[in-house]
Amino acid sequence: MKRTRKKTLPGFGITMGVTLAYASLIVLIPMASMAVMSADLGLAGFWRTVSDARTLAALKVSFLCSLAAALINAVSGLALAWVIVRYRFPLRRFIDGLIELPFALPTAVAGISLTVLTTDRGWVGKPLFELLGVRIAYTQLGIIAAITFITIPFVVRTVQPVLEQLSPDYEEAGLILGAGPASVFFRIVFPEILPALLTGFSLAFARGLGEYGSVIFIAGNIPFRTEIAPLVIMSKLEQFNYDEATAVALLMLVCSFVIMFIVNRLQVRAASFAGEK
Amino acid sequence: MDGWRRGNGTLRVFLIAFSFVFITVFLVLPLCQVLWKAFEFGFRPFWESVSDQYALKALKLSVLTTVAAVICNTAFGLCAAWAVTRFSFRGKGFLITLIDIPFAVSPVIAGLVFIMTFGRLGWAYPFLSAHDIKIVFAVPGLVLATIFVTFPFVAREIIPVLTARGTDEEEAAVLMGSGFFTTFRRVTLPHIRWALLYGVILCTARAMGEFGAVSVVSGHLRGRTNTLPLHIEILFREYHTLQSFSAAAILVATAVLILVARNIVEGISRKDADYYVR
Repeated sequence: MKRTRKKTLPGFGITMGVTLAYASLIVLIPMASMAVMSADLGLAGFWRTVSDARTLAALKVSFLCSLAAALINAVSGLALAWVIVRYRFPLRRFIDGLIELPFALPTAVAGISLTVLTTDRGWVGKPLFELLGVRIAYTQLGIIAAITFITIPFVVRTVQPVLEQLSPDYEEAGLILGAGPASVFFRIVFPEILPALLTGFSLAFARGLGEYGSVIFIAGNIPFRTEIAPLVIMSKLEQFNYDEATAVALLMLVCSFVIMFIVNRLQVRAASFAGEK
Repeated sequence: MDGWRRGNGTLRVFLIAFSFVFITVFLVLPLCQVLWKAFEFGFRPFWESVSDQYALKALKLSVLTTVAAVICNTAFGLCAAWAVTRFSFRGKGFLITLIDIPFAVSPVIAGLVFIMTFGRLGWAYPFLSAHDIKIVFAVPGLVLATIFVTFPFVAREIIPVLTARGTDEEEAAVLMGSGFFTTFRRVTLPHIRWALLYGVILCTARAMGEFGAVSVVSGHLRGRTNTLPLHIEILFREYHTLQSFSAAAILVATAVLILVARNIVEGISRKDADYYVR
């Protein structure tokens, strides 16, 4: 740039300086260091680590359980958002206020609480085990339950504002023109909230992939069955196997960034849809 | 028409019932479980468990790291939000993505990056050990890891508000001769105070409860680098259920306080928004 436009507002130097210095120190340099350190391992070593049967099994468990939890949350989150926005009933404010609990409650506390709750002697686990023979704690169901708990707010809080701002005119028009409730929902309301729903779903999925604190208590951590990918990193670290830990971490980072990229695209698309109106 | 929005018969009853069951099973029961296990044998055993010296030290360390993380990230959040929303420059998109990165990173990886930077294998290690500075497996590492995972919270809350408000008012103030800090304090701050407070609350909640990242860099030295969540883990694994849940009850209390504060702030900020629209 040859000519810089004179900036009206002051403070560019100091705020930009602080921002860049701090972001570099906390995020950029440590992340880059990890990437550089993993170069020691080489491509062959990286491949050997991530194609190890136990690592692959853990990645699969993480992936499938987060996906299941995100799907559960997509359905129940949509229902919760709908109920909170559209219906008036006692304790509505209470439900609305409680949604963020998983963000406020430390993950370790959630982990030990859900574990005790779902063992075959727990309040929830005992009836389930005695009536249906289903075990939750120390199985993949436990992992799904923990991730579901942690990611409850994502879908509700992304869908809720869209639902609140949805103008009633279109739905009314649909009803007047003779559409049934189901087709009003699926053909008028659902397309409007779909981008928000997908964003919430992806955020929940990404968070679930990396979740550690709440899952390790309830999972039982049996290799090939209930071992999650973050735990593989952790156990490699405990054996001072830093190279392999970094390799698995890099693979997980790539997955997270792909999801983040998709979320970004979705938000851009949602914004352009909103702009068209 | 009205019937559709208020809900008709069976579907309405079904959805409300579903919400109550879901909320009860997933949110209310876990809370009750913690309190039940903590107070199962009355108040005295609970009090003895939480006044244990290691529990107190862990609590103190948790508060210390939380305060440090909140102060640092608030200062950063304000600067970043001002720089990103008030000026246009090259690489803005990259900077915003950089701010978002910690949201997408697993807490375990957040801890790992500091190990790889400041730990025995890290490039900074020779310098640190020559000057006898300990970061990994010491308190500074815990603070860094906590800052990393709570890095975006404050900035993320303020940026949309500042973007939406535009720069007209600040420009007017500056053209009339007010300086940077006066403009910020008297023009910008009143608009963003609730978003700021909201970000600080979220940041506090996450920092207080962070587990994965601090677990990696802590080294688990009891009484020295054990935060409260890590202390709870150790007690739980040693089958000291009462002590573990008693410590957890403290965190449940803070979580409930945080939740109440959050709801109050949100209520006020909504009223504020209505006021400005009118």
